[in-house]
Amino acid sequence: MDTITEKEEAIIDEFSIYDDWMDKYEYIIELGKDLPLIDDDQKTEDKLIKGCQSRVWLSAEKRDGKMKYTADSDAIITKGIIALLIRVLNNEKPEDIAKAELRFIKAIGLQEHLSPTRSNGLVSMVKQMKMNALKQVS
Amino acid sequence: MNINEIRAQFPTLHREVNGKPLVYFDNGATSQKPQSVIDRITQYYTDENANIHRGVHTLSQEATSNYESARKTIQDYIGASSEVEIIFTKGTTDSINLVAHSFGELMQAGDEVVISAMEHHSNIVPWQMLCEKKDCKLKILPMNEQGELLLDELDQLLTDRTKLVAVTHISNSLGTINDVDEIIRKAHNVGAKVLIDGAQSVQHLDVDVGKLDCDFYAFSGHKLFGPTGVGILYGKRELLEQMPPYQGGGDMIKEVTLEKTTYNTLPHKFEAGTPNIAGGIGLGAAFEFLSKLDMSALVEHEQDLLDYATEQLEKIDGLKIYGTAKTKTSVVSFLIEGTHPYDVGTLLDKLGIAVRTGHHCTQPVMQFYNIPGTIRASFAFYNTREEIDRMIAALDRIIPMLKD
Ligand SMILES: Cc1ncc(COP(=O)(O)O)c(C=O)c1O
Repeated sequence: MDTITEKEEAIIDEFSIYDDWMDKYEYIIELGKDLPLIDDDQKTEDKLIKGCQSRVWLSAEKRDGKMKYTADSDAIITKGIIALLIRVLNNEKPEDIAKAELRFIKAIGLQEHLSPTRSNGLVSMVKQMKMNALKQVS
Repeated sequence: MNINEIRAQFPTLHREVNGKPLVYFDNGATSQKPQSVIDRITQYYTDENANIHRGVHTLSQEATSNYESARKTIQDYIGASSEVEIIFTKGTTDSINLVAHSFGELMQAGDEVVISAMEHHSNIVPWQMLCEKKDCKLKILPMNEQGELLLDELDQLLTDRTKLVAVTHISNSLGTINDVDEIIRKAHNVGAKVLIDGAQSVQHLDVDVGKLDCDFYAFSGHKLFGPTGVGILYGKRELLEQMPPYQGGGDMIKEVTLEKTTYNTLPHKFEAGTPNIAGGIGLGAAFEFLSKLDMSALVEHEQDLLDYATEQLEKIDGLKIYGTAKTKTSVVSFLIEGTHPYDVGTLLDKLGIAVRTGHHCTQPVMQFYNIPGTIRASFAFYNTREEIDRMIAALDRIIPMLKD
Protein backbone atom coordinates (compact mmCIF):
# COMPACT_ATOMS: atom_id res chain seq x y z
CA MET A 1 0.00 0.00 0.00
CA ASP A 2 1.40 3.39 -0.89
CA THR A 3 1.34 6.16 1.63
CA ILE A 4 -1.51 8.04 -0.04
CA THR A 5 -3.80 5.04 0.31
CA GLU A 6 -2.63 4.52 3.89
CA LYS A 7 -3.50 8.07 4.76
CA GLU A 8 -6.89 7.67 3.12
CA GLU A 9 -7.54 4.52 5.17
CA ALA A 10 -6.67 6.39 8.34
CA ILE A 11 -9.19 9.12 7.52
CA ILE A 12 -11.91 6.58 6.73
CA ASP A 13 -11.16 5.01 10.12
CA GLU A 14 -11.42 8.33 11.92
CA PHE A 15 -14.74 9.11 10.31
CA SER A 16 -16.21 5.68 11.01
CA ILE A 17 -16.96 6.67 14.61
CA TYR A 18 -19.45 9.34 13.53
CA ASP A 19 -22.90 8.11 12.80
CA ASP A 20 -24.48 11.53 13.20
CA TRP A 21 -24.08 14.02 10.39
CA MET A 22 -23.66 16.95 12.70
CA ASP A 23 -20.79 15.27 14.58
CA LYS A 24 -19.09 14.56 11.31
CA TYR A 25 -19.43 18.16 10.25
CA GLU A 26 -18.29 19.39 13.64
CA TYR A 27 -15.07 17.46 13.03
CA ILE A 28 -14.65 18.81 9.49
CA ILE A 29 -15.15 22.33 10.80
CA GLU A 30 -12.47 21.79 13.44
CA LEU A 31 -10.09 20.57 10.72
CA GLY A 32 -10.93 23.69 8.74
CA LYS A 33 -10.11 25.89 11.69
CA ASP A 34 -6.72 24.16 12.11
CA LEU A 35 -5.65 24.43 8.49
CA PRO A 36 -2.72 26.81 8.09
CA LEU A 37 -4.04 29.86 6.32
CA ILE A 38 -2.65 31.54 3.31
CA ASP A 39 -1.84 35.10 4.33
CA ASP A 40 -4.36 37.58 3.01
CA ASP A 41 -1.72 39.33 0.89
CA GLN A 42 -0.92 35.94 -0.69
CA LYS A 43 -4.54 35.43 -1.76
CA THR A 44 -3.84 36.71 -5.23
CA GLU A 45 -5.89 36.20 -8.40
CA ASP A 46 -3.46 33.58 -9.76
CA LYS A 47 -4.03 31.37 -6.71
CA LEU A 48 -7.78 31.84 -6.72
CA ILE A 49 -10.08 29.05 -7.84
CA LYS A 50 -13.50 30.53 -8.36
CA GLY A 51 -16.58 28.67 -7.27
CA CYS A 52 -19.95 30.27 -7.33
CA GLN A 53 -20.72 29.44 -3.69
CA SER A 54 -17.30 29.64 -2.06
CA ARG A 55 -13.80 30.59 -3.11
CA VAL A 56 -10.60 28.60 -2.78
CA TRP A 57 -6.96 29.67 -2.91
CA LEU A 58 -4.29 27.10 -3.65
CA SER A 59 -0.55 27.37 -3.68
CA ALA A 60 1.76 24.51 -4.69
CA GLU A 61 5.49 23.91 -5.01
CA LYS A 62 7.95 21.03 -5.22
CA ARG A 63 10.66 20.64 -2.59
CA ASP A 64 13.01 17.66 -2.24
CA GLY A 65 11.02 15.77 -4.84
CA LYS A 66 7.75 16.13 -2.92
CA MET A 67 4.75 18.36 -3.47
CA LYS A 68 3.94 20.98 -0.83
CA TYR A 69 0.45 22.44 -0.81
CA THR A 70 -1.22 25.19 1.18
CA ALA A 71 -4.77 26.27 0.62
CA ASP A 72 -7.58 28.29 2.05
CA SER A 73 -11.26 29.02 1.51
CA ASP A 74 -13.73 31.61 2.69
CA ALA A 75 -16.14 28.81 3.71
CA ILE A 76 -15.12 26.68 6.67
CA ILE A 77 -16.63 23.38 5.50
CA THR A 78 -14.85 23.76 2.18
CA LYS A 79 -11.71 24.50 4.17
CA GLY A 80 -12.14 21.38 6.29
CA ILE A 81 -12.37 19.23 3.19
CA ILE A 82 -9.31 21.00 1.80
CA ALA A 83 -7.51 20.07 5.01
CA LEU A 84 -8.26 16.40 4.34
CA LEU A 85 -7.13 16.64 0.73
CA ILE A 86 -3.92 18.32 1.75
CA ARG A 87 -3.27 15.79 4.49
CA VAL A 88 -3.54 13.01 1.92
CA LEU A 89 -1.55 14.63 -0.89
CA ASN A 90 1.01 16.76 0.90
CA ASN A 91 4.63 15.57 0.94
CA GLU A 92 3.92 12.99 -1.72
CA LYS A 93 5.72 12.38 -4.99
CA PRO A 94 4.16 14.15 -7.99
CA GLU A 95 3.68 10.87 -9.87
CA ASP A 96 1.71 9.34 -6.98
CA ILE A 97 -0.46 12.42 -6.68
CA ALA A 98 -1.22 12.43 -10.37
CA LYS A 99 -2.67 8.93 -10.20
CA ALA A 100 -4.36 9.17 -6.79
CA GLU A 101 -8.04 8.27 -6.98
CA LEU A 102 -9.05 9.85 -3.67
CA ARG A 103 -11.67 7.24 -2.90
CA PHE A 104 -11.84 8.31 0.72
CA ILE A 105 -14.04 11.30 -0.11
CA LYS A 106 -16.85 9.00 -1.14
CA ALA A 107 -16.12 6.52 1.63
CA ILE A 108 -16.66 9.15 4.31
CA GLY A 109 -19.80 10.42 2.61
CA LEU A 110 -18.56 13.80 1.43
CA GLN A 111 -18.78 13.27 -2.32
CA GLU A 112 -21.63 15.78 -2.56
CA HIS A 113 -19.11 18.50 -1.80
CA LEU A 114 -17.05 17.40 -4.77
CA SER A 115 -19.96 17.46 -7.14
CA PRO A 116 -19.51 19.97 -9.96
CA THR A 117 -23.03 21.30 -9.35
CA ARG A 118 -22.02 22.36 -5.85
CA SER A 119 -19.78 25.00 -7.39
CA ASN A 120 -17.65 25.52 -4.30
CA GLY A 121 -14.31 25.36 -6.09
CA LEU A 122 -13.32 21.93 -4.71
CA VAL A 123 -13.54 19.97 -7.95
CA SER A 124 -11.37 22.53 -9.68
CA MET A 125 -9.01 22.50 -6.72
CA VAL A 126 -8.42 18.74 -6.95
CA LYS A 127 -7.84 19.13 -10.68
CA GLN A 128 -5.43 21.96 -10.02
CA MET A 129 -3.51 19.96 -7.40
CA LYS A 130 -3.06 17.14 -9.89
CA MET A 131 -2.07 19.52 -12.65
CA ASN A 132 0.56 21.05 -10.41
CA ALA A 133 1.91 17.59 -9.69
CA LEU A 134 1.79 16.51 -13.33
CA LYS A 135 3.82 19.53 -14.37
CA GLN A 136 6.53 18.28 -12.03
CA VAL A 137 6.57 14.69 -13.28
CA SER A 138 8.36 14.44 -16.66
CA MET B 1 -58.07 28.73 6.64
CA ASN B 2 -56.53 25.42 7.63
CA ILE B 3 -52.90 25.30 6.57
CA ASN B 4 -52.61 21.62 7.41
CA GLU B 5 -55.34 20.79 4.93
CA ILE B 6 -53.41 22.68 2.27
CA ARG B 7 -50.12 21.03 3.26
CA ALA B 8 -51.75 17.63 2.98
CA GLN B 9 -52.17 18.23 -0.75
CA PHE B 10 -48.40 18.60 -1.32
CA PRO B 11 -46.76 15.16 -1.16
CA THR B 12 -43.15 16.42 -1.25
CA LEU B 13 -43.69 18.38 1.96
CA HIS B 14 -44.13 15.09 3.78
CA ARG B 15 -40.81 13.46 2.97
CA GLU B 16 -37.71 13.31 5.09
CA VAL B 17 -34.33 14.78 4.24
CA ASN B 18 -31.24 13.46 5.99
CA GLY B 19 -33.47 11.65 8.46
CA LYS B 20 -35.41 14.79 9.41
CA PRO B 21 -38.84 15.97 8.26
CA LEU B 22 -38.30 18.37 5.39
CA VAL B 23 -38.70 22.09 5.99
CA TYR B 24 -38.94 23.59 2.53
CA PHE B 25 -37.96 27.25 2.51
CA ASP B 26 -36.74 27.51 -1.08
CA ASN B 27 -40.04 28.52 -2.63
CA GLY B 28 -38.44 31.49 -4.36
CA ALA B 29 -36.49 29.03 -6.50
CA THR B 30 -39.45 26.75 -7.15
CA SER B 31 -42.58 25.71 -5.32
CA GLN B 32 -43.79 22.21 -4.53
CA LYS B 33 -46.69 20.78 -6.51
CA PRO B 34 -50.14 19.82 -5.23
CA GLN B 35 -51.45 16.32 -5.96
CA SER B 36 -54.09 17.75 -8.32
CA VAL B 37 -51.37 19.12 -10.63
CA ILE B 38 -49.35 15.90 -10.50
CA ASP B 39 -52.48 13.86 -11.22
CA ARG B 40 -53.50 16.09 -14.09
CA ILE B 41 -50.15 15.60 -15.82
CA THR B 42 -50.28 11.85 -15.21
CA GLN B 43 -53.79 11.73 -16.60
CA TYR B 44 -52.72 13.59 -19.73
CA TYR B 45 -49.93 11.12 -20.47
CA THR B 46 -52.02 8.13 -19.42
CA ASP B 47 -55.23 8.88 -21.29
CA GLU B 48 -55.09 11.95 -23.48
CA ASN B 49 -51.69 12.24 -25.14
CA ALA B 50 -51.82 13.61 -28.68
CA ASN B 51 -50.34 16.48 -30.61
CA ILE B 52 -52.48 19.57 -30.73
CA HIS B 53 -53.79 21.99 -33.35
CA ARG B 54 -53.14 19.55 -36.16
CA GLY B 55 -55.30 16.45 -36.08
CA VAL B 56 -58.89 15.70 -36.97
CA HIS B 57 -58.86 12.61 -34.79
CA THR B 58 -60.62 12.62 -31.46
CA LEU B 59 -57.56 12.40 -29.25
CA SER B 60 -55.94 15.40 -30.90
CA GLN B 61 -59.17 17.36 -30.67
CA GLU B 62 -59.43 16.58 -26.97
CA ALA B 63 -55.82 17.49 -26.25
CA THR B 64 -56.23 20.75 -28.17
CA SER B 65 -59.35 21.62 -26.30
CA ASN B 66 -57.75 20.82 -22.90
CA TYR B 67 -54.69 22.89 -23.74
CA GLU B 68 -56.78 25.81 -24.93
CA SER B 69 -59.02 25.61 -21.91
CA ALA B 70 -55.89 25.92 -19.70
CA ARG B 71 -55.11 29.12 -21.58
CA LYS B 72 -58.62 30.37 -20.82
CA THR B 73 -58.28 29.51 -17.11
CA ILE B 74 -55.06 31.48 -16.93
CA GLN B 75 -56.57 34.40 -18.84
CA ASP B 76 -59.47 34.60 -16.38
CA TYR B 77 -57.21 34.29 -13.36
CA ILE B 78 -54.86 37.11 -14.28
CA GLY B 79 -57.53 39.35 -15.78
CA ALA B 80 -56.42 39.50 -19.42
CA SER B 81 -59.10 40.70 -21.80
CA SER B 82 -58.65 37.96 -24.39
CA GLU B 83 -57.07 34.50 -24.51
CA VAL B 84 -54.98 35.57 -27.51
CA GLU B 85 -53.02 37.73 -25.06
CA ILE B 86 -51.83 34.62 -23.20
CA ILE B 87 -48.72 33.17 -24.86
CA PHE B 88 -47.38 29.87 -23.60
CA THR B 89 -43.59 29.99 -23.18
CA LYS B 90 -40.95 27.94 -21.35
CA GLY B 91 -40.98 30.32 -18.40
CA THR B 92 -40.17 33.85 -17.31
CA THR B 93 -36.75 33.83 -18.97
CA ASP B 94 -38.23 32.68 -22.25
CA SER B 95 -41.05 35.26 -22.02
CA ILE B 96 -38.59 38.11 -21.48
CA ASN B 97 -36.37 36.92 -24.31
CA LEU B 98 -39.39 36.80 -26.59
CA VAL B 99 -40.16 40.45 -25.83
CA ALA B 100 -36.50 41.47 -26.11
CA HIS B 101 -36.38 39.84 -29.53
CA SER B 102 -39.74 40.71 -31.04
CA PHE B 103 -40.52 44.04 -29.38
CA GLY B 104 -36.81 44.78 -29.83
CA GLU B 105 -37.30 44.50 -33.58
CA LEU B 106 -39.51 47.60 -33.36
CA MET B 107 -36.72 49.62 -31.72
CA GLN B 108 -34.25 51.96 -33.43
CA ALA B 109 -30.65 52.89 -32.67
CA GLY B 110 -30.61 55.45 -29.88
CA ASP B 111 -33.81 54.19 -28.25
CA GLU B 112 -33.71 53.47 -24.53
CA VAL B 113 -34.68 50.68 -22.15
CA VAL B 114 -34.95 51.22 -18.39
CA ILE B 115 -34.50 48.35 -15.90
CA SER B 116 -33.98 48.47 -12.13
CA ALA B 117 -31.03 47.76 -9.88
CA MET B 118 -32.74 44.72 -8.34
CA GLU B 119 -33.46 42.65 -11.45
CA HIS B 120 -32.90 38.93 -11.81
CA HIS B 121 -30.27 38.15 -14.47
CA SER B 122 -33.19 37.08 -16.70
CA ASN B 123 -34.38 40.66 -16.78
CA ILE B 124 -30.91 42.14 -17.33
CA VAL B 125 -29.05 40.05 -19.86
CA PRO B 126 -31.69 40.01 -22.64
CA TRP B 127 -31.77 43.84 -22.53
CA GLN B 128 -27.99 44.09 -22.57
CA MET B 129 -27.95 41.81 -25.60
CA LEU B 130 -30.67 43.83 -27.31
CA CYS B 131 -28.98 47.16 -26.59
CA GLU B 132 -25.71 45.85 -27.94
CA LYS B 133 -27.31 44.52 -31.10
CA LYS B 134 -29.51 47.55 -31.78
CA ASP B 135 -27.20 50.22 -30.44
CA CYS B 136 -29.76 51.20 -27.81
CA LYS B 137 -29.14 52.56 -24.36
CA LEU B 138 -29.79 50.68 -21.11
CA LYS B 139 -30.59 52.82 -18.06
CA ILE B 140 -30.80 51.68 -14.46
CA LEU B 141 -33.33 52.80 -11.88
CA PRO B 142 -31.41 52.75 -8.57
CA MET B 143 -32.50 51.54 -5.12
CA ASN B 144 -31.78 52.54 -1.52
CA GLU B 145 -30.19 50.55 1.34
CA GLN B 146 -33.57 49.09 2.32
CA GLY B 147 -33.93 47.67 -1.16
CA GLU B 148 -36.61 50.10 -2.34
CA LEU B 149 -36.58 51.58 -5.83
CA LEU B 150 -36.06 55.34 -5.99
CA LEU B 151 -39.15 56.12 -7.99
CA ASP B 152 -38.48 59.87 -8.01
CA GLU B 153 -35.41 59.19 -10.11
CA LEU B 154 -37.51 57.49 -12.74
CA ASP B 155 -38.69 60.91 -13.93
CA GLN B 156 -35.13 61.85 -14.89
CA LEU B 157 -34.48 58.51 -16.58
CA LEU B 158 -37.58 58.57 -18.79
CA THR B 159 -37.23 60.45 -22.07
CA ASP B 160 -39.05 60.51 -25.37
CA ARG B 161 -36.53 57.86 -26.49
CA THR B 162 -37.60 55.43 -23.74
CA LYS B 163 -39.35 52.56 -25.50
CA LEU B 164 -39.58 50.09 -22.63
CA VAL B 165 -39.37 49.95 -18.85
CA ALA B 166 -38.73 46.38 -17.60
CA VAL B 167 -38.94 45.90 -13.83
CA THR B 168 -39.66 43.13 -11.42
CA HIS B 169 -42.90 43.14 -9.47
CA ILE B 170 -41.22 41.44 -6.50
CA SER B 171 -37.48 41.11 -5.92
CA ASN B 172 -36.50 37.46 -5.55
CA SER B 173 -33.44 38.20 -3.41
CA LEU B 174 -34.82 41.01 -1.21
CA GLY B 175 -38.57 40.41 -1.17
CA THR B 176 -39.43 44.03 -2.03
CA ILE B 177 -42.86 44.51 -3.58
CA ASN B 178 -42.38 47.34 -6.04
CA ASP B 179 -44.98 50.01 -6.69
CA VAL B 180 -45.52 48.90 -10.25
CA ASP B 181 -48.71 50.97 -10.59
CA GLU B 182 -46.64 54.12 -10.22
CA ILE B 183 -43.92 52.85 -12.55
CA ILE B 184 -46.48 51.97 -15.23
CA ARG B 185 -48.18 55.37 -14.89
CA LYS B 186 -44.92 57.27 -15.20
CA ALA B 187 -43.70 55.20 -18.15
CA HIS B 188 -46.97 55.56 -20.02
CA ASN B 189 -46.78 59.32 -19.54
CA VAL B 190 -43.76 59.41 -21.86
CA GLY B 191 -45.23 56.81 -24.20
CA ALA B 192 -42.99 53.97 -23.06
CA LYS B 193 -44.24 50.38 -22.76
CA VAL B 194 -43.82 48.39 -19.55
CA LEU B 195 -42.83 44.78 -18.96
CA ILE B 196 -43.35 43.42 -15.46
CA ASP B 197 -41.31 40.40 -14.37
CA GLY B 198 -43.91 38.56 -12.34
CA ALA B 199 -41.85 35.44 -11.58
CA GLN B 200 -42.26 35.98 -7.84
CA SER B 201 -45.68 37.61 -7.84
CA VAL B 202 -48.64 35.57 -8.97
CA GLN B 203 -48.08 33.11 -6.09
CA HIS B 204 -48.01 35.91 -3.52
CA LEU B 205 -50.33 38.65 -4.80
CA ASP B 206 -53.63 39.10 -6.50
CA VAL B 207 -52.35 40.03 -9.95
CA ASP B 208 -54.74 41.62 -12.44
CA VAL B 209 -52.94 42.62 -15.61
CA GLY B 210 -55.96 44.53 -16.85
CA LYS B 211 -56.09 46.75 -13.78
CA LEU B 212 -52.31 47.13 -13.75
CA ASP B 213 -52.45 48.25 -17.37
CA CYS B 214 -48.96 46.84 -17.98
CA ASP B 215 -48.05 46.02 -21.57
CA PHE B 216 -46.29 42.74 -20.84
CA TYR B 217 -46.33 40.45 -17.80
CA ALA B 218 -43.99 37.44 -17.58
CA PHE B 219 -44.08 34.52 -15.16
CA SER B 220 -43.10 30.87 -14.68
CA GLY B 221 -45.41 27.96 -13.94
CA HIS B 222 -43.01 26.14 -11.63
CA LYS B 223 -42.94 28.90 -9.02
CA LEU B 224 -46.71 28.92 -8.65
CA PHE B 225 -47.33 25.24 -7.99
CA GLY B 226 -47.31 24.21 -11.64
CA PRO B 227 -44.80 22.16 -13.65
CA THR B 228 -41.35 23.23 -14.85
CA GLY B 229 -40.71 24.14 -18.46
CA VAL B 230 -43.86 26.18 -18.96
CA GLY B 231 -44.66 29.82 -18.33
CA ILE B 232 -46.67 32.70 -19.65
CA LEU B 233 -46.15 35.91 -21.48
CA TYR B 234 -49.13 38.20 -21.23
CA GLY B 235 -49.05 40.97 -23.80
CA LYS B 236 -51.56 43.57 -24.89
CA ARG B 237 -53.17 42.42 -28.09
CA GLU B 238 -52.45 45.45 -30.26
CA LEU B 239 -48.80 45.33 -29.26
CA LEU B 240 -48.46 41.61 -29.93
CA GLU B 241 -50.09 42.17 -33.33
CA GLN B 242 -47.40 44.69 -34.25
CA MET B 243 -44.48 42.53 -33.15
CA PRO B 244 -42.81 40.10 -35.57
CA PRO B 245 -42.64 36.42 -34.53
CA TYR B 246 -39.90 35.15 -32.23
CA GLN B 247 -39.13 31.71 -33.62
CA GLY B 248 -40.14 30.16 -36.90
CA GLY B 249 -41.55 26.68 -37.37
CA GLY B 250 -44.74 24.66 -37.24
CA ASP B 251 -47.93 26.00 -35.67
CA MET B 252 -46.93 29.66 -36.06
CA ILE B 253 -47.68 29.85 -39.78
CA LYS B 254 -50.76 30.46 -41.87
CA GLU B 255 -49.25 29.46 -45.19
CA VAL B 256 -45.76 28.46 -46.20
CA THR B 257 -44.40 28.35 -49.72
CA LEU B 258 -40.72 27.90 -50.34
CA GLU B 259 -40.49 31.61 -51.08
CA LYS B 260 -42.62 33.18 -48.41
CA THR B 261 -44.57 32.50 -45.25
CA THR B 262 -47.57 34.26 -43.81
CA TYR B 263 -47.94 34.05 -40.08
CA ASN B 264 -50.66 32.59 -37.97
CA THR B 265 -52.87 34.71 -35.78
CA LEU B 266 -52.30 35.33 -32.08
CA PRO B 267 -51.41 33.63 -29.86
CA HIS B 268 -50.04 30.94 -32.21
CA LYS B 269 -47.79 33.41 -34.03
CA PHE B 270 -45.51 33.26 -30.98
CA GLU B 271 -45.80 29.53 -30.34
CA ALA B 272 -43.61 27.78 -32.89
CA GLY B 273 -43.37 24.02 -32.77
CA THR B 274 -45.08 21.43 -30.60
CA PRO B 275 -45.48 23.13 -27.24
CA ASN B 276 -45.16 21.68 -23.75
CA ILE B 277 -48.69 20.30 -23.88
CA ALA B 278 -48.58 18.42 -20.57
CA GLY B 279 -46.99 21.50 -19.01
CA GLY B 280 -49.69 23.84 -20.27
CA ILE B 281 -52.44 21.54 -19.06
CA GLY B 282 -50.62 21.10 -15.73
CA LEU B 283 -50.31 24.86 -15.39
CA GLY B 284 -54.02 25.17 -16.00
CA ALA B 285 -54.54 22.72 -13.12
CA ALA B 286 -52.28 24.85 -10.91
CA PHE B 287 -54.45 27.88 -11.58
CA GLU B 288 -57.58 25.85 -10.85
CA PHE B 289 -55.96 24.85 -7.57
CA LEU B 290 -55.17 28.50 -6.80
CA SER B 291 -58.64 29.72 -7.65
CA LYS B 292 -60.17 27.38 -5.07
CA LEU B 293 -58.12 28.98 -2.29
CA ASP B 294 -58.91 32.03 -0.26
CA MET B 295 -55.96 34.05 -1.54
CA SER B 296 -56.43 37.05 0.74
CA ALA B 297 -56.34 34.83 3.84
CA LEU B 298 -53.22 33.12 2.51
CA VAL B 299 -51.50 36.42 1.79
CA GLU B 300 -52.20 37.37 5.39
CA HIS B 301 -50.72 34.08 6.55
CA GLU B 302 -47.59 34.68 4.45
CA GLN B 303 -47.24 38.17 5.95
CA ASP B 304 -47.47 36.61 9.39
CA LEU B 305 -44.70 34.15 8.45
CA LEU B 306 -42.57 37.04 7.20
CA ASP B 307 -43.12 39.11 10.34
CA TYR B 308 -42.53 36.16 12.64
CA ALA B 309 -39.37 35.02 10.84
CA THR B 310 -38.02 38.57 10.76
CA GLU B 311 -38.66 39.05 14.47
CA GLN B 312 -37.08 35.70 15.42
CA LEU B 313 -34.07 36.10 13.12
CA GLU B 314 -33.36 39.60 14.43
CA LYS B 315 -32.86 38.12 17.90
CA ILE B 316 -29.81 36.23 16.64
CA ASP B 317 -26.55 37.93 17.48
CA GLY B 318 -24.70 39.30 14.45
CA LEU B 319 -27.49 38.48 12.03
CA LYS B 320 -28.27 41.08 9.39
CA ILE B 321 -31.27 41.05 7.10
CA TYR B 322 -30.84 42.35 3.54
CA GLY B 323 -34.02 43.81 2.12
CA THR B 324 -36.05 45.76 4.66
CA ALA B 325 -38.50 47.51 2.38
CA LYS B 326 -41.80 48.75 3.82
CA THR B 327 -43.75 46.48 1.49
CA LYS B 328 -42.29 42.99 1.33
CA THR B 329 -43.37 39.51 0.48
CA SER B 330 -42.39 36.38 2.43
CA VAL B 331 -38.69 36.34 1.58
CA VAL B 332 -35.90 36.89 4.13
CA SER B 333 -32.32 37.23 2.96
CA PHE B 334 -29.69 37.35 5.68
CA LEU B 335 -26.08 36.91 6.67
CA ILE B 336 -24.59 35.98 10.04
CA GLU B 337 -21.40 37.69 11.08
CA GLY B 338 -18.41 35.33 11.17
CA THR B 339 -20.09 32.64 9.08
CA HIS B 340 -20.23 31.87 5.37
CA PRO B 341 -23.61 31.27 3.69
CA TYR B 342 -22.32 28.06 2.11
CA ASP B 343 -21.57 26.60 5.54
CA VAL B 344 -24.88 27.67 7.03
CA GLY B 345 -26.80 26.30 4.04
CA THR B 346 -24.92 22.99 4.14
CA LEU B 347 -25.60 22.45 7.85
CA LEU B 348 -29.24 23.54 7.63
CA ASP B 349 -29.65 20.93 4.90
CA LYS B 350 -28.21 18.29 7.22
CA LEU B 351 -30.98 19.24 9.65
CA GLY B 352 -33.62 18.87 6.95
CA ILE B 353 -34.05 22.57 6.19
CA ALA B 354 -33.86 23.67 2.56
CA VAL B 355 -32.80 27.29 2.01
CA ARG B 356 -30.98 28.88 -0.88
CA THR B 357 -27.51 30.33 -0.54
CA GLY B 358 -25.56 32.43 -3.01
CA HIS B 359 -26.36 35.39 -5.20
CA HIS B 360 -29.84 34.18 -6.31
CA CYS B 361 -29.10 35.23 -9.91
CA THR B 362 -29.00 38.86 -8.80
CA GLN B 363 -25.28 39.59 -8.73
CA PRO B 364 -25.78 43.36 -9.08
CA VAL B 365 -27.81 43.32 -5.83
CA MET B 366 -24.94 41.55 -4.08
CA GLN B 367 -22.50 44.07 -5.56
CA PHE B 368 -24.72 46.89 -4.25
CA TYR B 369 -24.39 45.55 -0.68
CA ASN B 370 -20.81 44.43 -1.30
CA ILE B 371 -21.51 40.86 -0.15
CA PRO B 372 -20.81 37.54 -1.88
CA GLY B 373 -24.32 36.26 -1.37
CA THR B 374 -26.95 35.65 1.26
CA ILE B 375 -28.89 32.87 2.93
CA ARG B 376 -32.46 33.15 1.69
CA ALA B 377 -35.53 31.65 3.30
CA SER B 378 -38.56 32.11 1.06
CA PHE B 379 -41.95 30.99 2.32
CA ALA B 380 -45.08 29.79 0.58
CA PHE B 381 -48.54 29.69 2.12
CA TYR B 382 -48.06 26.03 3.04
CA ASN B 383 -45.25 26.91 5.44
CA THR B 384 -45.86 27.32 9.17
CA ARG B 385 -44.55 29.14 12.24
CA GLU B 386 -43.43 25.75 13.62
CA GLU B 387 -41.15 25.33 10.61
CA ILE B 388 -39.65 28.75 11.27
CA ASP B 389 -39.08 27.67 14.88
CA ARG B 390 -37.17 24.67 13.53
CA MET B 391 -34.99 26.89 11.38
CA ILE B 392 -34.25 29.19 14.32
CA ALA B 393 -33.40 26.22 16.57
CA ALA B 394 -31.15 24.86 13.83
CA LEU B 395 -29.38 28.21 13.49
CA ASP B 396 -28.89 28.36 17.26
CA ARG B 397 -27.14 25.01 17.02
CA ILE B 398 -25.11 25.73 13.89
CA ILE B 399 -23.78 29.20 14.59
CA PRO B 400 -21.62 28.25 17.60
CA MET B 401 -20.14 25.40 15.55
CA LEU B 402 -19.07 27.78 12.80
CA LYS B 403 -17.78 30.66 14.85
CA ASP B 404 -14.31 30.44 16.40
C1 LIG C 1 -37.59 37.75 -10.30
C2 LIG C 1 -37.28 36.60 -11.20
N1 LIG C 1 -37.20 36.79 -12.52
C3 LIG C 1 -36.94 35.79 -13.36
C4 LIG C 1 -36.72 34.50 -12.93
C5 LIG C 1 -36.40 33.44 -13.93
O1 LIG C 1 -37.39 32.46 -13.95
P1 LIG C 1 -37.19 31.12 -14.78
O2 LIG C 1 -35.85 30.59 -14.40
O3 LIG C 1 -38.32 30.25 -14.32
O4 LIG C 1 -37.27 31.47 -16.22
C6 LIG C 1 -36.78 34.25 -11.56
C7 LIG C 1 -36.53 32.90 -11.04
O5 LIG C 1 -35.58 32.58 -10.37
C8 LIG C 1 -37.06 35.32 -10.67
O6 LIG C 1 -37.11 35.12 -9.37
